[in-house]
Amino acid sequence: MEIQNYSDVMVFVEQREGHVQKVSLELISKGREIADELGARLKAAVLTAGLTHPVHSLIELGCDEVILVEHPILEPYTTEPYTKALTEVIRAHKPEIVLFGATTIGRDLAPRVSSRLDTGLTADCTKLEVDLESRNLLMTRPAFGGNIMATIICPNHRPQMSTVRPGVMQMAEPVIGRIGVCRNFEIAFSPEDQHVEVLEVVKASKKKVNIEDATILISGGRGIGSPEAFPILESLADKLGGTVSASRAAVDAGWIDRNHQVGQTGKTVRPDLYIACGISGAIQHLAGMEESEFIVAINKDEGAPIFDAADLSIVGDVHKIIPELIRILPELGNRNAQ
Amino acid sequence: MKIIVCMKQVPDTNEVKLDPVTGTLIRDGIPSIINHDDKAGLEAALCLKDQFGAHVTVLTMGPPQADKALREALAMGADRAILLTDRRFAGADTWATSLTLASAIRKMDYDLIIAGRQAIDGDTAQVGPQIAEKLSIPQVSYVEDLEVEAGQASIIVKRIFEEGYHRIRVKFPCLITTLAEMNTPRYMSVGGIMAAYNEKQVETWTLDQLDMNPDHAGLKGSPTKVRKSFTKAPKAPGKKFNTEPDAAARLILDALKERFIVE
Repeated sequence: MEIQNYSDVMVFVEQREGHVQKVSLELISKGREIADELGARLKAAVLTAGLTHPVHSLIELGCDEVILVEHPILEPYTTEPYTKALTEVIRAHKPEIVLFGATTIGRDLAPRVSSRLDTGLTADCTKLEVDLESRNLLMTRPAFGGNIMATIICPNHRPQMSTVRPGVMQMAEPVIGRIGVCRNFEIAFSPEDQHVEVLEVVKASKKKVNIEDATILISGGRGIGSPEAFPILESLADKLGGTVSASRAAVDAGWIDRNHQVGQTGKTVRPDLYIACGISGAIQHLAGMEESEFIVAINKDEGAPIFDAADLSIVGDVHKIIPELIRILPELGNRNAQ
Repeated sequence: MKIIVCMKQVPDTNEVKLDPVTGTLIRDGIPSIINHDDKAGLEAALCLKDQFGAHVTVLTMGPPQADKALREALAMGADRAILLTDRRFAGADTWATSLTLASAIRKMDYDLIIAGRQAIDGDTAQVGPQIAEKLSIPQVSYVEDLEVEAGQASIIVKRIFEEGYHRIRVKFPCLITTLAEMNTPRYMSVGGIMAAYNEKQVETWTLDQLDMNPDHAGLKGSPTKVRKSFTKAPKAPGKKFNTEPDAAARLILDALKERFIVE
C-alpha cells in the first residue's frame, strides 16, 4: 500500500429507501473542512437503488464529486453488496480518508470494508483533526467505556477510516450554485453477491422519536422516582417545543423506550437546552450530552456528578420544581410573540 | 450443529470511578466480567444446545486471568473453552484481534459463530464483522432474536435498525453479532461450577499454534495506534442553588429568558 498514492477525502453517504441520512450531511460538512486543510477534494460515495435526495445538494454542502452506484440489489441494506461496491469504489479512487456515520448500517459496513482493504478503522470519533506534517488524521474517541478519551492514528495504512455518530459534527450552510460533478460507477453485481435473504422489512409501529434533532431536551433519570413522572416532563417539553429523553437507568428500568436514551450506549445529542431531571450524571451519560449549549440539572442529591457538568445546578425536587416552572412559563410567550 | 462463541472478559466500565482529587481513573479493584453482548450470545448458543444438542465452544483472546470468564462459560454449560493468550497479542487493535481470532477459528469445524455486538471497554463493534470477513462468511449484526430452520442448515434472525427490523435468512456457515437485550443469561449451576474446574478444562493456545503471520499480531500488527489518551477536563461548573421550588423555577425561567430559549 503506497501511502502517497492516496489522496482526497471520501464520505460514505448513507441512504435508506432513497433518503439520505442526516449524519451523512454532517460528515460531508466535516469532510469539507478536512479536505480544505489538506488541500484535497471531497467525494461522496452514494450506494442506492434510487435516490430521492437531489445530488446537487450534496455538492452545495461541499462535495466536489458525487460517485453514484445505483442498483436494485442495494435496497434494502445487506452487507455483501454494499461491501463489494464500496470496496471497488475505494480501490478505484484511493481516498486517504473515508468517513461513515456510526449507525446500525455504518457499524456493520465499515468494519467489513476495512477488513477487506486491510486498513485501520476507528469507531465513534468525537473529534477529527489533521496533522499537516504527516497528513495523518487524528481521530479522538471515548475509550474504556467512555471513561477516558483516546486520540488514534493510522499512520501506515490507507485509507484511514472513521465512523462518527449522528449529531456529533455540525452541518454546514450550503453554498447555492457550488460547482461539482456526479459520476455513475458501474458495479458488476450478480445474484451470488446476495449472501443473505431478507424475508421481511418491518417499520417500528410507534412514532419515530428523534431526540438527536431536538433543540430542547427534557431528560429524566432514575431520580424522578417512577415512570409516572415522565408525563410531567413531557408537558414541559411540549410547552417549550422540545422532546423528552432519558438516561440509561430510566430505560433499563423500563420507564421509557430505548429510542429516548442519551449516553454512551444511547444517542449523542447537542441541543440548545438540556434539562437533566433526577439524573446522577454518570460519565457514560455525560458522554452523550455534555456538548449541549446550556445544561440545567435538577437533583435531590447535592453531590450528584451531573452538577459538575451543568451550567445551572439546582438541588431540589423535580416533582415540585417542574410543575412550578410550567406554571410560570407563559411569561416567556409574551416576550416572544412573533 | 457446532457453534463457536467469541467472548471477551472486560472490566466492568460502568463501575469505574474517577479519583476526586487527581481526576484520573481508579483502575484498581474494578471487577472483571463477561461482556454483556457476548454473554447473550453464549446464552443463545446454550439454548441451541438445549434444543438441538449443539456443541458449544467458547473462545477468548486475553491475558491469563481471562481463564475465569471461560470457566464461567463452562459452568453455564459450554462444552469446550479455548483461551488465546500470548504476550505478543497485547495491544492489538480490532484488525489484529479479529485476524488472531479468525486464525484460531480456522482450526475448528463450525456452522455458526456468535460474537457480541460490542465490548463495553472498546465499544467499537468491529471485531465480529472483521472476523466474518477474514473467514469469508456472511455476517448479520444487531441480532435480537434467532431461530434455526428445519434441516439445521440455516437460521432466521431478527436484525434491528434504528427505525425497525428485518427478518433475514442466512445459511451456515455464518457469523452473527448479538445484543444484550436478546435474552437473560442463565446462572451457573453448582454442578456446573464443579465441572468447570474439575472435569472440564480451558485449553490455552499461543501465537505459535496459529497459522498466521506473527507480525500481524498485537500492537505490532495493528494498523491503528493510540497516540495519546487523557481524561476529559471537567467543564467549569456553573452556579449551584439549593432553594425553594418557586425560587428554583424562577431561576430556570430567568436563565431561559436570558438565553432566548424559545418555542
